[in-house]
Amino acid sequence: MTDASARRRISDRILTGLAWFCAFITVAVLAWILIYIVIMGAGHINWAFLTTVYKPVRNLYGIYPMIISTLMIIVVTVIISTPIGICSAIYLVEYSKPGRLVNAIRFATETLAGIPSIIYGLFGLIFFVIALHLKYSILSGSLTLSIMVLPTVIRSTEEALKSVPMAYREGSLALGATKLKTVTRVVLPSAIPGILTAVILSIGRIVGETAAVYLTAGYVPNVPSSIMRSGRTLSVHLYTLAKEGISFDQAYATATILVIIVAIINFIATRLAKRLSRATTGG
Amino acid sequence: MISNKRRNLLERIIESIFLVCAALSILSVIVITIYVFAKGSPAIFKVGVLNFLFGTVWQPEANQFGILPMIVSSVLGTIGAVVIGVFIGLFTAIFLAEIAPKKLAELIRPAVELLAGIPSVVFGFFGLMVLVPIISKYFGGAGNSLLAVIIILSVMILPTVISMSETSIRAVQPTLKEGSLALGASHIQTIFKVIIPAAKSGIMASIVLGTGRAIGETMAVILVSGNTALIPHAITDRVRTMTANIALEMGYASGLHQETLFATGVVLFIFIMLLNITLNILLHRRDGEEA
Repeated sequence: MTDASARRRISDRILTGLAWFCAFITVAVLAWILIYIVIMGAGHINWAFLTTVYKPVRNLYGIYPMIISTLMIIVVTVIISTPIGICSAIYLVEYSKPGRLVNAIRFATETLAGIPSIIYGLFGLIFFVIALHLKYSILSGSLTLSIMVLPTVIRSTEEALKSVPMAYREGSLALGATKLKTVTRVVLPSAIPGILTAVILSIGRIVGETAAVYLTAGYVPNVPSSIMRSGRTLSVHLYTLAKEGISFDQAYATATILVIIVAIINFIATRLAKRLSRATTGG
Repeated sequence: MISNKRRNLLERIIESIFLVCAALSILSVIVITIYVFAKGSPAIFKVGVLNFLFGTVWQPEANQFGILPMIVSSVLGTIGAVVIGVFIGLFTAIFLAEIAPKKLAELIRPAVELLAGIPSVVFGFFGLMVLVPIISKYFGGAGNSLLAVIIILSVMILPTVISMSETSIRAVQPTLKEGSLALGASHIQTIFKVIIPAAKSGIMASIVLGTGRAIGETMAVILVSGNTALIPHAITDRVRTMTANIALEMGYASGLHQETLFATGVVLFIFIMLLNITLNILLHRRDGEEA
């Protein structure tokens, strides 16, 4: 055996080992974070914690208002961003011809996806909160988040539309349906699982978002009486508890709730994506 | 005929609604850019471009608005995170695409996706409760430091680097790999001498995307960095990033102070724009390669 091939064997082994080691680190870090948060937090979650208001002066430390605020922001954001996202995707996949406009739209969605949440927060504060006089409110937060999740909705819906077989469209057109009818009656229904995945992914981002919500929806820990009022989401609540060092027990519990929500969302999204790929490959 | 005409009109109207929705993305980018710059740039000139960008003292109450400490902290934190995150992420991607048994890869991939879904504030909280005490114990100091920022950010960019690198490694044509193996190269040699170079621009794109994530991260950084607005001299020093500067003081700032926070946003925005343009060039080059 030559010297070179011996050296090659050693370096092969080292590099293989490194790959195993790095993959192990990735998984171990995730496991560490999840297990640690859940172990520290699960004990502090009970019915009262989930259903009472947050009034420290009266010794009430529930997260009920934060759950409601989070739900309100999710609903309003989804209502605003989903139709716009779906229509954009329909335009890009079904109507557009390659050219400058499409390139500009693609560049714009890529840019939106790359803008960090603090910049969205800053913009939302300047534009929605101050310039449009919407104040710190659920609506300001939702409008800001709608722009933020738009690239996610557009991209996932596009994938879903693209996976609808061309034969469906041709069949519908051949039967005399107009282009619009073909899109709304044939293409869209087949793309529904993909569109649902898009909505679920954007819910995941909304739940996890802190910086942009903090600067636009504010952090008043009450149940908002309307979407024009400020509200504190679960993520913002966790941030406030941790930053001000108010109560680490409540922070662990809130973090556990967040982690559970995210895990559920992830599970559903993966399931849907699997069903989607099975449906389109015909297996 | 009339109903046909009407239907045609309806089709046209709805098509233009689709177009308007698609154009909203362009409009959003333009409005965001204009507003952030219009609100932020006047303060840069009021303070003075050099004083603002290269001033080392940030004391709003004394009218001192130098953001060099924040720029340095953001850049150092990002570079550190990218070095660690890309190393671990790239090897994990290689593992998933080429080395791991199929079953194991199918177990690890959802884990990576879950890691991507964990809210940044949870990373920050974990860092505050676990990482900061560990750093304090083994490196001295209070623990909230540049080092804590680097470690937390490197974990946070892992999913981005892994999934994008894996995709581009998988996109390499199998004939290249087969050719290399047929010439007697080992599997590992093939990975590092043939596959990785072929997937280069996709991997570069994942690095740029990860860099953007790291430099833009806010809440996780605030919780572990200590937030002192001074240029760090050691890795255990407290730091404050540009993002943290905006989020920490926006709540109570007013007047010129508030404007300088918008201006900090402008500087951050320019960094992000440069990264975005780089990313775009890389992605298009990749499209060219595949064609």
